[in-house]
Amino acid sequence: MTGSVRLTASGISHGFRGLKVLDGIDLDIPPGQVTVLVGPSGCGKSTLLGILGGMLAPDAGMVNLSGTPAPDCLNPLTYVFQDFALVPWRSVAGNIALVLEHTPLSGAERAARISDVLALTGLSDFAAAWPRQLSGGMRQRVGIARALAVRPAVLLMDEPLSALDAQTRELLLDEFVDLIARTGATTVYVTHNLAEATRLGQQIVVMGRRPGRIREILTIAQPLGGRQADDPALKAVETKLWQMLRHDAEAAQAELADGV
Amino acid sequence: MASDHVPYRAGGFEPRRMPWASVATLVGLVALWQACASLGLVSTAFASSPLLIARALAALIASGELWGHLAASLQRLAIGWAIGTVTGLVVGVALGLFTLARSPGMAVVSALFPIPKIALVPLFIIWFGIGESSKVITLAFGVFFPTVINTLAGVDGVPRGLIRMAQSFGVPYWSIVSKIVLPGAMPAVLSGFRITTSTAIILLVAAEMIGADKGIGAFVLQAGNLYDTDNLLAGIVVLSAMGLVVSAVLGWIERRVLAWR
Repeated sequence: MTGSVRLTASGISHGFRGLKVLDGIDLDIPPGQVTVLVGPSGCGKSTLLGILGGMLAPDAGMVNLSGTPAPDCLNPLTYVFQDFALVPWRSVAGNIALVLEHTPLSGAERAARISDVLALTGLSDFAAAWPRQLSGGMRQRVGIARALAVRPAVLLMDEPLSALDAQTRELLLDEFVDLIARTGATTVYVTHNLAEATRLGQQIVVMGRRPGRIREILTIAQPLGGRQADDPALKAVETKLWQMLRHDAEAAQAELADGV
Repeated sequence: MASDHVPYRAGGFEPRRMPWASVATLVGLVALWQACASLGLVSTAFASSPLLIARALAALIASGELWGHLAASLQRLAIGWAIGTVTGLVVGVALGLFTLARSPGMAVVSALFPIPKIALVPLFIIWFGIGESSKVITLAFGVFFPTVINTLAGVDGVPRGLIRMAQSFGVPYWSIVSKIVLPGAMPAVLSGFRITTSTAIILLVAAEMIGADKGIGAFVLQAGNLYDTDNLLAGIVVLSAMGLVVSAVLGWIERRVLAWR
């Protein structure tokens, strides 16, 4: 994984059944950095992520991927899903193999990649386990291993920790920080959680309430590897983010309560 | 304040396995039937008795007559069920995958599914003759529709998130079908097999009663015509055993294929 590609969204607008969800989004995803999308419920973060990865066709605007992915990259834009999206009838290794079986890799190369990513995510002892035998945190590690196996140019993570309990979330967040710092992966990370945003984000995109527009983009210069959960500088950014989002979050809640 | 032991109040609704109770119930019912017959409380001319049925079965096995009937029935069952299942799977998957096939296909399936298939036996005899074809086609027709409906439900029930995941990794269309859609539909398909095997046995007996001189259905009908309740019930025991064996085989396949559940 290298940072030689650049993902750029220009003039993205999108709606569902007449309801405008995104309006005029222009966004540049810098190579080798973690861009975090935060915003109140319904602001279109996940929709934008779907559009960035080509899983949703926008009503207007376009997404460009420029540059050349690394030669070993098999799937430039690769997702990590909130609900893990593991195939229940395949083992851990089988789930990773699934995304390699259609590629030109030889059997030996496939096996080597599977072994590498299992080791990287601490799952080597669970290669033969069924997904149902794993905890939520381990299932998401399989999701990460599967994504890393294709050596993506850009990793697109849609609230990957939100289905997990608080303790597992903290542990896995530490692992994400470590993994992303080590691999230097260009990452777009969607979250509701502002602590996650400040731990991982190098560029934090704050989105406003529906129709989603970019309100502000913050940058955190502090290297990813050296960040601690209780870092006062990160806490200050978190507070600032909450001040920006609080009004919109309350309005979104009221909108939900009114059934709008 | 007085101290009281808090009693456990949440019991009573958990089903427990009691295999001995199933066996004991069956043995008890058979023993009761035999006792009633032996004491003359039930006429053996009308209801036979477990001992008489066992003797009739032994005689059928010893004479080789049973194997002739059983072989004819099993052959019809296997061919009819296989044809209905294969065509039903193909059509069910096609309806599940292709929008163009779904609307017209579902209209035809919905119109033909409720027809009692046994009512079509005389028509099939006219079309295909009194021989094997009409019986096999009756079975296949009866198996086809539930297979289509279960397969379609299975394909529809495959989590869309898994398909999107595979698409996001660039997995080709037919690989998604073979690696996600078909295995994901298997639980519904296999539970459909339980329905279609029972349906096939029912239709087999009915078709053999209408137009056959070989087969368990024909044997049961002939015994009934002769008021030979021993042989009649021996034939029914064979049919019951056939159902149990089929069910056991399906259970074994389910455990193997759906080991991941």
